[in-house]
Amino acid sequence: MKSWFKSGTPWIWLNACAVSVSILMVIGLLGLIAMRGLGHFWPADLAQFDYMERDGSMSRLVGEFHETEEVPAEQLRASGDLNIGDEAWVTRHLIKTGNRDVSGMDFRWVIDSRISSLTYPRPLVAVERREWGNLYGYLHSLREAGRTVAEGEAAWKPFMERLARAEVLHAQIRAIEKDEIGSINSGMERLRLAKRKLELEGIDDPARLTAIAAEEAGLQQRYAGLQNELLKLYEAIQRDSVTFTVADGKQVHVPLAKIVRAFRPNAMSLPDKAGHYFAKLWEFVSDEPREANTEGGIFPAIFGTIMMVMLMSVFVTPFGVVAAIYLREYARQGLLTRTIRIAVNNLAGVPSIVYGIFGLGFFVYFLGGNIDQLFFPEALPAPTMGTPGILWASLTLALLTVPVVIVATEEGLSRVPRAVREGSLALGATKAETLWRTVLPMASPAIMTGLILAIARAAGEVAPLMLVGVVKLAPALPLDGDFPYLHLDRKFMHLGFHIYDVGFQSPNVEAARPLVYATALLLVLVIVVLNLAAIAIRNRLREKYKSLEH
Amino acid sequence: MNANPTHSISMEALGKNAPTDTAAAPQTCLEVRNLNLYYGETHALHDIQLAIPRRQVTAFIGPSGCGKSTLLRCFNRMNDLVDGVRMDGQILLDGEDIYHPDVNVVDLRRRVGMVFQKPNPFPKTIYENVAYGLRLQGIKKRHILDETVEKALRRAALWDEVKDRLHENALGMSGGQQQRLVIARAIAVEPEVLLLDEPASALDPISTLKIEELIFELKERYTIIIVTHNMQQAARVSDYTAFLFMGRLIEYDKTNTIFTNPAQKQTEDYITGRYG
Repeated sequence: MKSWFKSGTPWIWLNACAVSVSILMVIGLLGLIAMRGLGHFWPADLAQFDYMERDGSMSRLVGEFHETEEVPAEQLRASGDLNIGDEAWVTRHLIKTGNRDVSGMDFRWVIDSRISSLTYPRPLVAVERREWGNLYGYLHSLREAGRTVAEGEAAWKPFMERLARAEVLHAQIRAIEKDEIGSINSGMERLRLAKRKLELEGIDDPARLTAIAAEEAGLQQRYAGLQNELLKLYEAIQRDSVTFTVADGKQVHVPLAKIVRAFRPNAMSLPDKAGHYFAKLWEFVSDEPREANTEGGIFPAIFGTIMMVMLMSVFVTPFGVVAAIYLREYARQGLLTRTIRIAVNNLAGVPSIVYGIFGLGFFVYFLGGNIDQLFFPEALPAPTMGTPGILWASLTLALLTVPVVIVATEEGLSRVPRAVREGSLALGATKAETLWRTVLPMASPAIMTGLILAIARAAGEVAPLMLVGVVKLAPALPLDGDFPYLHLDRKFMHLGFHIYDVGFQSPNVEAARPLVYATALLLVLVIVVLNLAAIAIRNRLREKYKSLEH
Repeated sequence: MNANPTHSISMEALGKNAPTDTAAAPQTCLEVRNLNLYYGETHALHDIQLAIPRRQVTAFIGPSGCGKSTLLRCFNRMNDLVDGVRMDGQILLDGEDIYHPDVNVVDLRRRVGMVFQKPNPFPKTIYENVAYGLRLQGIKKRHILDETVEKALRRAALWDEVKDRLHENALGMSGGQQQRLVIARAIAVEPEVLLLDEPASALDPISTLKIEELIFELKERYTIIIVTHNMQQAARVSDYTAFLFMGRLIEYDKTNTIFTNPAQKQTEDYITGRYG
């Protein structure tokens, strides 16, 4: 036994166990997130069954089976449900019944033993609406301008055709409302500010005022034209509507303009379902959120996260590298430099919310406020830079991650062999030339390592962002077609905050839960992709500047 | 142009650290006067006096820690970079004190090239390594760079081996090639003096031989000072040899004299291997 301990075998086993446990935990975590998140987009079959309510009355329900669990009978009895038989444990299902506008709720629990005549009728339709969540029911009739064109099963084909038309119209309306009118609005705002600026500076320049007025009139005219166009489009899109018979026999009337997509899950073949699945998945990553973030996609959040991280990298790399160069190459090594180094290392351990508060106080209120006073007085009292935005958020995160970059860069600088520096100096290079031409390139892989660590930390940070720029729904991306294209003052959406918002601030928690998992998976993926990109760059640099160790 | 054999008389007068008044003589390239050097409290070089002849090879020999590398590094002021180094005395290059406050160290290092013990090519292409010093001088014209790089590589006897892979990474070369590349890099900026700090100690015998042949050719153009542990090497390549011990210059004379008829007992002991 003693010799077994001495041989080191238990030590190896211990290490191997630690590694396996870590790997299993990572795989398990990713697996759980992926399963829960990605399963959401698969079109579930729609069940129809008769259900005995707790008071003994019968009702008909339609919905997706969402979850199944066993609960102690005691618990149900305590909640007032006595119609559950004598078993100690009761199986119950969570059903997504949809039709929130009719029944007031999306989900309900049903007791397994009280379900009867369960079927999966093929004509059942699932409708994703722009408001009120999903609708499940039978197609009753299709109407055009109030006149019935088709009824029952025969209405399905024309319904699909007209739905496609409505979608095209809807896309046109959105393009006009969001892009064109949006850019007119920003143009008007620009002109208003220009006028206000003239006013503030006391310049009475009739020529410029006329020019502004003329431009304004042009925009107004364009706006009127667009308004007309919109009116026509709205009229066109509101032509068709459809009526469904829902589970309890009520009829629900839905204009086609309000429908995102409609499908019959029970009648779909496997390839159909797969196609539907990928369409939903694509919508998730490429579209904007709907219905308080519980439906639709999360593209603005992905975009915001990546853009914020990239801006942060742009700020943090030069700053950290320059600081490290001074500390390592120029500063006299002594008590002061040691103290600074310790302080820098400790900065990395400061809780991130503290940075958030600092960012809010210093960047937003102080810097932003002063910038507004100096450069944007015409917009006051509305703040331009003196309000949380993506610039301040990335600067705050740059501050949060700069210690990592400094430490990694110093490490890299110290590892450049003295022989190489002397070789350069002996050729008549000054210290600065040696740094730029030889030492820094050789330290660049280490700098990239620092950046990788910084990205990994910054992309997952949420707390400070809530104070300095992240919002639950941003009306516009920080990068678009309106001058000056990059809007650093805009607020943005972020995947991490989105998870928090959808998971805990949502009015419809059950519906949002799978999205939380899917968003979490996506956040992990985004961080992995950002990291892999940085690692690829680093490895190329390493290959190029492999050091002189023989 | 070529070495003048008659000047050796004045050199021999230096044999016993005698002060010299021949600084102005054209034959002397570098002259060291009363050089003392301290590392903090340690007195590393004691009152060194010597004159290095132009376009000859001078070897510094002596046991480890005797100060020969330190002395070598005084000639291009590499010791400036070391914290806590203090020195007094003079070193004259062509009669001008290189430690004078007006001297531009960067210019000095262009005139006095140096090759280190371990090959230290930059992690760049072979071409860029040789062109490094030229680019520092602001030379950007492609044809000038091309010409100079080729000339330097030819002089370093490396051109034929690398002419087809000038734009490959220099770190892919063998140790001996790397060391010749470093020599080419040093001579590309046309220095007057070439300091070699144990240039062959990290190399195999064949590479060492090539370096020695190269030194022999280079002395046509450059004043060469070589530090070596290897006494056979000193005997083979050098015209003059200085023996240093414990920071003092014990004996300095023609190589032939030092190895066959040393004036000092210490020199004889060292050469015959009694110091190990």
